[in-house]
Amino acid sequence: MSATLQVSVWRGGAEGALQRYDVPRYPSQTVLDVVTHIQRRIDPTLAYRYACRVGMCGSCAMTVNGVPRWTCRTHVDKVATGSELELRPLRNMPVIRDLVADMREFFDKWERAKGRFEGRARKSDDFARVAPDSPERQAADAGIECIGCGVCYAACDVVSWNRDYLGPAALNRAWTLISDVRDGATLERLRAVAGDAGCHACHTHTSCTERCPRHLSPTASIAGLKRAVAKAALAGKL
Amino acid sequence: MKRVALIHRLSGIALAVFLPLHFWALGRGLELDSFLRWTEQPLVKFAEWGIVVLLAAHLGGGLRVLAIEFLDWHEWQKSLAALAGALTVAAGLAFALAL
Amino acid sequence: MLWLAQRASAAVLAICVTVHLVTIVYAVRGGLSAAEIFGRTRGSTGWLAFYTLFVLACAVHAPIGLRPVLTEWLGWRGRSREAFVLVFGVLLAWLGMRAVLAVFR
Repeated sequence: MSATLQVSVWRGGAEGALQRYDVPRYPSQTVLDVVTHIQRRIDPTLAYRYACRVGMCGSCAMTVNGVPRWTCRTHVDKVATGSELELRPLRNMPVIRDLVADMREFFDKWERAKGRFEGRARKSDDFARVAPDSPERQAADAGIECIGCGVCYAACDVVSWNRDYLGPAALNRAWTLISDVRDGATLERLRAVAGDAGCHACHTHTSCTERCPRHLSPTASIAGLKRAVAKAALAGKL
Repeated sequence: MKRVALIHRLSGIALAVFLPLHFWALGRGLELDSFLRWTEQPLVKFAEWGIVVLLAAHLGGGLRVLAIEFLDWHEWQKSLAALAGALTVAAGLAFALAL
Repeated sequence: MLWLAQRASAAVLAICVTVHLVTIVYAVRGGLSAAEIFGRTRGSTGWLAFYTLFVLACAVHAPIGLRPVLTEWLGWRGRSREAFVLVFGVLLAWLGMRAVLAVFR
């Protein structure tokens, strides 16, 4: 094993170039360790994001050797081709600078999919009783651990091809809310996610599910949305 | 792009191009014999085999999509791509043997 | 609902295509001629019905399938795309029924 990594890092905005750095290689090193080393010891002008460093916040997501990943949880040994690494910002999002992607549209689409809980209960109502093993609750639970890191969105081919497509994360959130029996905005949400920009644009490539660091399945959630929309449409509700 | 999805899409496009031609040829009725003589050529035979393979590939990929969209999510659904491939090979072989 | 029509026609086609391929492999053994084909097919109401269903399922499935490809790979959007897709469907139905009638009536 070589004692040095050859790391190519994207520098610049939409226009830019890969810049090469040599980084000392250590056992159990993560890609985040590598980026941090570059910025602290070699080139302080490098822009990148991280926060928790322990695989909880999703801030450190970027493209490593062509694949979107959380860099704090990606061991160099697992992904380096020989002793080379290529780091780029997340795909499908505009680049602010270097490894930092602009996530505004990602979150705008969350809004457009009505990814916000709308409660029905009033203060005077009793607590909602939701059986944890009910099918709806299980469906919701399967998807609620999403932290909005953007990896699925970066991995999705349809997002690359269709700028209007809401994307796996926003649709996954919509599904968890539709499955939440306390939520009252189901019909509006179904209308928001139906159609060419919504769940029907998903072609089941399952890249999102393969890449999700939390092991969620947006594919399954989107399949649920497709069925729910069809059911509502047939019932004349949409 | 995922391989099974790319094959599904490309085979679909190829079939969409082939199908009108297939219908048109068959619709010619009485002139079918002269057309059939033309189809005896080896290149055409190869193309026919190709069409059958594309059809099987598209069917395999489609069954995978239907399984994922309509059946509850399971681990085995990841192997559907492999199954789609197997179906394609089987159909291709069967047709090749019949030709 | 386009999605529903696509999945329903897909299910129909899965069956029709399998039957068609098996039948063709069986019928093609030992060569093919117009006389042979028409000998088996002319006057058969059962096969006429089957292939009518087959053609109509194709005429639904293929255009709806092409539609997102036109947008995603060619950037085509809007009414002209919908018109093209519809025309393609009608063309398939027309050519297909013409073929069915030529072979089975």
